[in-house]
Amino acid sequence: MINSSLKQLGDMLQAKKISSVELTQTFLSRIREYNPNINAYVALDEAKTLAQAKAADARIAAGNAAPLTGIPIAQKDIFCAKGWHTTCGSKMLANFVAPYDAHVISQFDAAGAVNLGKTNMDEFAMGSSNETSYFGGVKNPWDFDRVPGGSSGGSAAAVAARLCAAATGTDTGGSIRQPASLCGFTGLKPTYGVVSRYGMIAFASSLDQAGPMAKSAEDCALMMNVMAGFDARDSTSLNREKEDYTRDLNKPLQGLRIGLPKEYFAAGLSADVGKVVMDAVNEYKKLGAEIVEVSLPNNGLSIPVYYVLAPAEASSNLSRYDGVRYGHRAAEYTDLMDMYCKSRAEGFGAEVKRRILIGTYVLSAGYYDAYYLKAQKIRRLIAQDFVEAFKQCDVIMGPAAPSTAFKVGEKVNDPVAMYLEDLYTIAVNLAGLPGMSIPAGFSTSNGGKALPVGLQMIGNYFDEARMLNIAHQYQQVTDWHTRMPELNTQKEAA
Amino acid sequence: MALSIDDIKKIAHLARIEVSESEAQATLSKLTGIMGLIEQMQAVDTTGIEPMSHSQDLTQRLRDDVVTKENLRAEFQKNAPALGNGSNEPAVAEGLYLVPKVIE
Repeated sequence: MINSSLKQLGDMLQAKKISSVELTQTFLSRIREYNPNINAYVALDEAKTLAQAKAADARIAAGNAAPLTGIPIAQKDIFCAKGWHTTCGSKMLANFVAPYDAHVISQFDAAGAVNLGKTNMDEFAMGSSNETSYFGGVKNPWDFDRVPGGSSGGSAAAVAARLCAAATGTDTGGSIRQPASLCGFTGLKPTYGVVSRYGMIAFASSLDQAGPMAKSAEDCALMMNVMAGFDARDSTSLNREKEDYTRDLNKPLQGLRIGLPKEYFAAGLSADVGKVVMDAVNEYKKLGAEIVEVSLPNNGLSIPVYYVLAPAEASSNLSRYDGVRYGHRAAEYTDLMDMYCKSRAEGFGAEVKRRILIGTYVLSAGYYDAYYLKAQKIRRLIAQDFVEAFKQCDVIMGPAAPSTAFKVGEKVNDPVAMYLEDLYTIAVNLAGLPGMSIPAGFSTSNGGKALPVGLQMIGNYFDEARMLNIAHQYQQVTDWHTRMPELNTQKEAA
Repeated sequence: MALSIDDIKKIAHLARIEVSESEAQATLSKLTGIMGLIEQMQAVDTTGIEPMSHSQDLTQRLRDDVVTKENLRAEFQKNAPALGNGSNEPAVAEGLYLVPKVIE
């Protein structure tokens, strides 16, 4: 049952072969068993969760169930959920109880889904390994000595270890796709503006986008049907007609043109990851796809551009944490200025402070044109590369991350090495395009445990349904997405 | 341009983050590495390129000028931090937030 698809679980619930309370208890008991080691969840509230499950059972009994009614979903701790601790992985918000629901949370509530708990994450979503969380790191379920990726590391580990039926994540520079690659599941970052950011704690507002993290493309499509849609409370929410993201899942792929950017298969990519990705591309050829080489000549600039724009936006967004109305306030201070400076020094971790300082610097008088404006101009060049590439192909494929999961502690003291983790994902956020990572195989080249490898797919604006179709067809002829990590031996060894 | 320890202290002050001397030193070395990465941008010719601030060309939506939000002050104030300086009481009084005196 823990490996069943959302559709199978929905069918079982609606046929009353299982109740939502039973299904929820199954996952809660797995969480009790494995979370002390994995640390995927930072907030659990069994009473609240089970009350939602009971309400879902009543709704099913009354005959007005929706596809996700009664299904337990893990929520990244970046989404405000009324009455739940909502911490964004930070000491700054360690005591914050959300007074209202994020749009994403209220959409799941309306669908009758069950909130299983809040998942761990890099502090304020700044990180690629989940090691910057105030609440401790998260173990990669495939190898407890390795990181799950980040920033949505808790959701990633929860999906991979089957500690939830599916989870939500957010992706500012790769925070859904990179952990999906490192933990071996399907994650989708939608086109910017498709999912409302209301009640989602802000990092870099022109890049932040929420999306589903689940076992399969079909599961992601069902999640998107709940998450996507116009919301007037987010000024960048796009007013588009409601879509059914499952509508194209079964279309054949004959004639599909897949673009492979030569820059994605150059220096920086581990050979083992490159091989798995090319094996997946060859599988697509068998499904009728044709392969074309494309070029994204400015891709290498996406990292420097991102590390100007994202910190600039973050330094502005995070100025709200001043110790006045909510969040951490220093215990001792002399005057208002001292209260601000001490509260922020104590409440933020090292990586968040670094990014606030970079953002403050690049926006400061005298440097604005050389850094911020320059970065915005190169952002346009990066976005234009995709416009050109999509003249030759329907989707772009490549790696989602340069290597498989790395060891805990390996990159945490070297910010620049950590930033390079997002070499293949960041440009997608800068352009605002949809991107996915789907399980494409495993590598044992590190000599230890088999580690998952993700295939990244980048689509044109609003092509999510087509991308889900392309991923779904691959998942009909492969079984990588059904593989589960072995947890018991690792737990006993820990 | 190379960052100095004084730059770090000035930026930290602008960002309202207290840094000790040893933190400033450690921050300087990390930020110097990051700024080195960022400097790659300067080699690119961007003459005539329009800056891109956002992926979608959007205009600000307008709404009717009516009250749409309910007053959640009491709910919001439950999250007020402890006053500090020896007091664990919430930093609120009569619906207001308490901060150190700013006007003599």
